[in-house]
Amino acid sequence: MKREGEIRISSGCAISGIFCRDGSRITAEAIKKSIAVMHNRSNGLGGGFAGYGIYPQYRDFYALHIFYDSQSSREETERFLDRRFDIINLSKIPVRQTSKISDAPLIWRYFITPLPHLLQDSQLDENEYTSRAMIAINNSIEGAYAVSCGKDMGVFKAVGYPEDVADFYRLEEYEGYSWTAHGRYPTNTPGWWAGSHPFSLLDLTVVHNGEISSYDANRRSVEMYGYSCNLLTDTEVITYILDYLTRKQGLTLREASEVIAAPFWSTIAAKDEDERSRLAYLRKMFSSFLVTGPFSILVGFDGGMMALNDRLKLRSLVAAEKGRTVYFSSEEAAIRAIEENPDKVWAPRGGEAVIVTLDGEKR
Amino acid sequence: MRVFDIRKDSLETIRKYENRNEEIEIKGCLGERYIGCAMRNGILHVKGTPGNGLASYLDGGTIYVDGNAQDATADTMNAGLVAVRGSAGDALAYGMRSGRVYVLGDAGYRAGVHMKAYEENRSILVIGGRSGSFLGEYLAGGIIIVLGLGHEGENITGYFCGNGMYAGTIYLRTETTPLNLSDKLIKRSVGDEEKANVLRPILSDFASVFSVSEEECLSGSFMAIEADKAKSYSQLYAAV
Repeated sequence: MKREGEIRISSGCAISGIFCRDGSRITAEAIKKSIAVMHNRSNGLGGGFAGYGIYPQYRDFYALHIFYDSQSSREETERFLDRRFDIINLSKIPVRQTSKISDAPLIWRYFITPLPHLLQDSQLDENEYTSRAMIAINNSIEGAYAVSCGKDMGVFKAVGYPEDVADFYRLEEYEGYSWTAHGRYPTNTPGWWAGSHPFSLLDLTVVHNGEISSYDANRRSVEMYGYSCNLLTDTEVITYILDYLTRKQGLTLREASEVIAAPFWSTIAAKDEDERSRLAYLRKMFSSFLVTGPFSILVGFDGGMMALNDRLKLRSLVAAEKGRTVYFSSEEAAIRAIEENPDKVWAPRGGEAVIVTLDGEKR
Repeated sequence: MRVFDIRKDSLETIRKYENRNEEIEIKGCLGERYIGCAMRNGILHVKGTPGNGLASYLDGGTIYVDGNAQDATADTMNAGLVAVRGSAGDALAYGMRSGRVYVLGDAGYRAGVHMKAYEENRSILVIGGRSGSFLGEYLAGGIIIVLGLGHEGENITGYFCGNGMYAGTIYLRTETTPLNLSDKLIKRSVGDEEKANVLRPILSDFASVFSVSEEECLSGSFMAIEADKAKSYSQLYAAV
């Protein structure tokens, strides 16, 4: 398959998110209804969801969702996993056959935990140990694609319209406190299963509407730190940049947002001295992670969600609140479809992250 | 008045009743695009949340929206009136050529981008609340007014107001200079005569459409932003 930049498909996208700050768990029916309102923003070449809080009975184990092209790639991957992890449970992910989704790969789910002695010998923490294994699977096992590997969360994606993808994965049977969704209209790159959104690493997931002009510069930079972009879509690189900045560099998510959607120098110049030096530091220190071009993204993570626009706000993004529940979407109608009378509706400004977390948590 | 439920009657059906100089109501809107597109006459009341491209290419008549409008409302509008009681999304009145667009609430980014005026045609855009950044970007003619009602003393236009504009006028009901205003623009305060002759007729109409106080809309001081004719853009990208 051709890489990002080698193929160009003319085109939009839709994103939607629901976050229950009080931690109440809701089925995916609401997020499906929301993203379906924006059917015309996608073209059937990709749809997907990320849910958090969906595996409470396995919350201490990494939930691994993998697509396989063949039984042999599954066997090779399971041998790979078996040497490094304790596999607590494995099964096919239950799906509902529908005429609207075809050419499905083999879709498997594993609940795993690093083998204690190997983890200790590796001198890594368990997140790093696990993420390296996932990157290795995607990078070196032909026909195997790890699509999510966080705890108590999962990514469900396919080629098709998002509402059909929800039916295919029987998402009405899952309950989570946080859901994001994506309807894809691929620009530049092919529509294929692993290339649908959300993109994820560990508990971090990204859904994206837009097109990253800086993709290749960002890719070259992040690949220097052990990541590997091989899912043929620009959004993948945002996921790795955010993982690198927050998990490896220890930036807060807000700081990371000020790196990828850094304010213009003229905007920084108008700030007070402390803020000026802080923002200038972030821009200079991490200049190769500035993401240019239009984007609106929703970032899911353990216990929270972030919504962010590019600094020019070249893609739409609407936010709303009702009680302790927060909604984000490409279009207001997609929020009104599930919450007719929000307490508050607003459009976040370009480059200004909106970060919500579970009550009592901060990140 | 004929009432349609967009969930039951298709947009194509409803469209047959446009341009008959009638008053129509469309209820239950939820993201349906291009409502009132290229309408030439009549009155359309829109209930719910209409989708992108509302009143695009509007060529006459009046469209009233009770709630909020989404992106690209009044795109390339040619004539008529669009009145939104709530807020509007991004790229409001993009490339508008003539007519009036009134929004009582806020507008998103790039309101009035590349609005025009020619011969007897003059685009008028009035925003009752605040606008997002890049207000009147590449403005080529017409009048944009931002009132900032309820936001007195705050920034009401975000960043890069009037960036790249080369004709037309942006009036702001504020004493605070917009953030990082381009050096190719000039800012001046609006005198009583200009207020009476230019702003009062427009704001009087705006106030009557929404039944709000005309005096409140006109209260306080206004500043005007225009292109500095001495600094043209002709050599911005390439020496000719």
